[in-house]
Amino acid sequence: LAAYRTDEGQPWVLPVVKKVEQKIANDNSLNHEYLPILGLPEFRANASRIALGDNSPAIKENRIGSVQSLGGTGALRIGAEFLRRWYNGNNNTATPVYISAPSWENHNSVFVDAGFKDIRTYHYWDAAKRGLDLQGLLDDMEKAPEFSIFILHACAHNPTGTDPTPDQWKQIAAVMKRRFLFPFFDSAYQGFASGSLDKDAWAVRYFVSEGFELFCAQSFSKNFGLYNERVGNLTVVGKDTDNVQRVLSQMEKIVRTTWSNPPSQGARIVATTLSSPQLFAEWYDNVKTMADRVLLMRSELRSRLESLGTPGTWNHITEQIGMFSFTGLNPKQVEYMIKEKHIYLMASGRINMCGLTTKNLDYVAKSIHEAVTKIQ
Amino acid sequence: SSWWSHVEMGPPDPILGVTEAFKRDTNSKKMNLGVGAYRDDNGKPYVLNCVRKAEAVIASKKMDKEYLPIGGLADFTRASAELALGENSEAFKSGRYVTVQGISGTGSLRIGANFLQRFFKSSRDVYLPKPSWGNHTPIFRDAGLQLQAYRYYDPKTCSLDFSGAMDDISKIPEKSIILLHACAHNPTGVDPRQEQWKELAATVKKRNLLVYFDMAYQGFASGDINRDAWAVRYFIEQGINVILSQSYAKNMGLYGERAGAFTVICSDAEEAKRVESQLKILIRPMYSNPPLNGARIASIILNTPDLRKEWLVEVKGMADRIISMRTQLVSNLKKEGSSQNWQHITDQIGMFCFTGLKPEQVERLIKEFSIYMTKDGRISVAGVTSGNVGYLAHAIHQVTK
Repeated sequence: LAAYRTDEGQPWVLPVVKKVEQKIANDNSLNHEYLPILGLPEFRANASRIALGDNSPAIKENRIGSVQSLGGTGALRIGAEFLRRWYNGNNNTATPVYISAPSWENHNSVFVDAGFKDIRTYHYWDAAKRGLDLQGLLDDMEKAPEFSIFILHACAHNPTGTDPTPDQWKQIAAVMKRRFLFPFFDSAYQGFASGSLDKDAWAVRYFVSEGFELFCAQSFSKNFGLYNERVGNLTVVGKDTDNVQRVLSQMEKIVRTTWSNPPSQGARIVATTLSSPQLFAEWYDNVKTMADRVLLMRSELRSRLESLGTPGTWNHITEQIGMFSFTGLNPKQVEYMIKEKHIYLMASGRINMCGLTTKNLDYVAKSIHEAVTKIQ
Repeated sequence: SSWWSHVEMGPPDPILGVTEAFKRDTNSKKMNLGVGAYRDDNGKPYVLNCVRKAEAVIASKKMDKEYLPIGGLADFTRASAELALGENSEAFKSGRYVTVQGISGTGSLRIGANFLQRFFKSSRDVYLPKPSWGNHTPIFRDAGLQLQAYRYYDPKTCSLDFSGAMDDISKIPEKSIILLHACAHNPTGVDPRQEQWKELAATVKKRNLLVYFDMAYQGFASGDINRDAWAVRYFIEQGINVILSQSYAKNMGLYGERAGAFTVICSDAEEAKRVESQLKILIRPMYSNPPLNGARIASIILNTPDLRKEWLVEVKGMADRIISMRTQLVSNLKKEGSSQNWQHITDQIGMFCFTGLKPEQVERLIKEFSIYMTKDGRISVAGVTSGNVGYLAHAIHQVTK
């Protein structure tokens, strides 16, 4: 599973998290009582605020809702279960769900298990040019049946690391609006991708400003390093308060038969951090530390490959963003990397940038060079 | 216009909704006998000492926050199985079981329900006792199964309708699924006696039913973890390969930490491995992997001899206080001059008591006395204290005389 690593190759508990955990441990007024079904109120409000922005018109107009969930996966699942029951009719399992090609492999399972029968892919990764196949994506949206659901990666697309530019997002939004397609954002890397919360949430906020009703599944696993506490949030943006209230009431029913109410520890940590200006600043700093290290590894890897004269172009390594990079290595080259060089990447050529350190950069660059020159 | 114009407002959750109504009430004498959370004799939530100690251990160890495996914390799941099955259990020692961590009782039940929907092809029918925990029905329904019932509670005697249960169960179509409450039946507090469990086991075996035990109160019912798990262990010894859901919400007070487990007793260890792989495939698209905190606390308690001893004392303390409140409620009702038979209050066991009160009487208790409970007349005895048991008895007498 993908998790951040320090330059020593170690897991990293964020300093602000350690601080807040200590605070929680010392607070004898806290107990282990059940949270409400939809979760810790301070967590929900702050989590959605982070995604939508302090000045979000949707928040000001009181037309947002939040469901604390078990990680990003849990948020996706609650959203999927709700959509299957209530979107595009009642229990319309035939509504097409579009997932990017490629995508995080669990996306498919989430929507299948939620009951959707027609799961399709939309063009995304262009292997030849090692970038976004925008035309293919837009074509798929033009051809998709009205009301289809599209799973969009808010930033740091997993596994390609390739995101649409703001201009490209605008084009995507225009088509989706015209064709009545439903945007379901998966936001697992806000802050972690670029180091800026606002920049990484640009796409979600743009869609909100364009008047879309949408879902955004948020994960705090990576940007808070709270992997095993399962901290996630499903943000719902609707037309008005009344619609959102009814949606939440039905989501409550879904939550009640799935996990009843969510775990409190992780939500407390995040809520405490986000609601204190000082702790928030410390967190922002910690997030930037992680993002900057990954960005540094990207630029260092690219420059080494270019210095080595490794055949091909390597600018995609720094143009891509987030934890993962689609190197462009083919399966045979990947096999070489694994068997001969003991460097583990996925058959797709996906590499976890967090696995790179100043100590192993040379070795990895040389190995990629070997793989590309020796194996075609 | 909105995508959601046709979405209906969902009805308020009956159980957790009681607490919300209670919170809004400004009457100083108000009592919350709704949700099943233990309260001490001051009416306050109780964080167990062994839990605080386990938390201190965790804080001192400065562990990382890496993802748990899909099936959860291994030390926790193994200890959980041992707690339920008993350390001398042949099923446990031979490894012919799989236990995965679940999101407390609800999450564990749901994993099991989803597993049955996918792999138990003989039947879509789950037989619940009448009545059962309100959330059982929607859990199984959302998992894609159908609900049936067998007689269980006799409202005339406020105790077990054993002949009715046996009659119904003996007619359940073979290879159906039957859910049994291992101890401290929710909502009635009515449990079978051991001789009755033996007959139930024989019948269930004869009908070749898939037995699903829900054990949310081990230790919390009688104060003795072995006694409370007796039925589960007996069934397994009789060769019935049960499936089981456990919760640590009540017996360790870990409510909001969501610590629970789901177990499948298998033919052998090899089958257990195959079942485990399928459970993981079910869990991953629900929430990927479970939350660590509660499971780690429970694991440290179960696996540290001193803390385990302390826990056993504390859980007995909670059970004893509840038993004492039952006794006091009955004696206070007598003092009020009630001529009704309230023996069921002390015959029943566990957190809940089916008072026998009718919906209209419950309505009056809420409106006139600010005493909150669910419409079926179920009270959470854990919400009763020596300070308010008199008021409760008085109010009950007023609406039943």
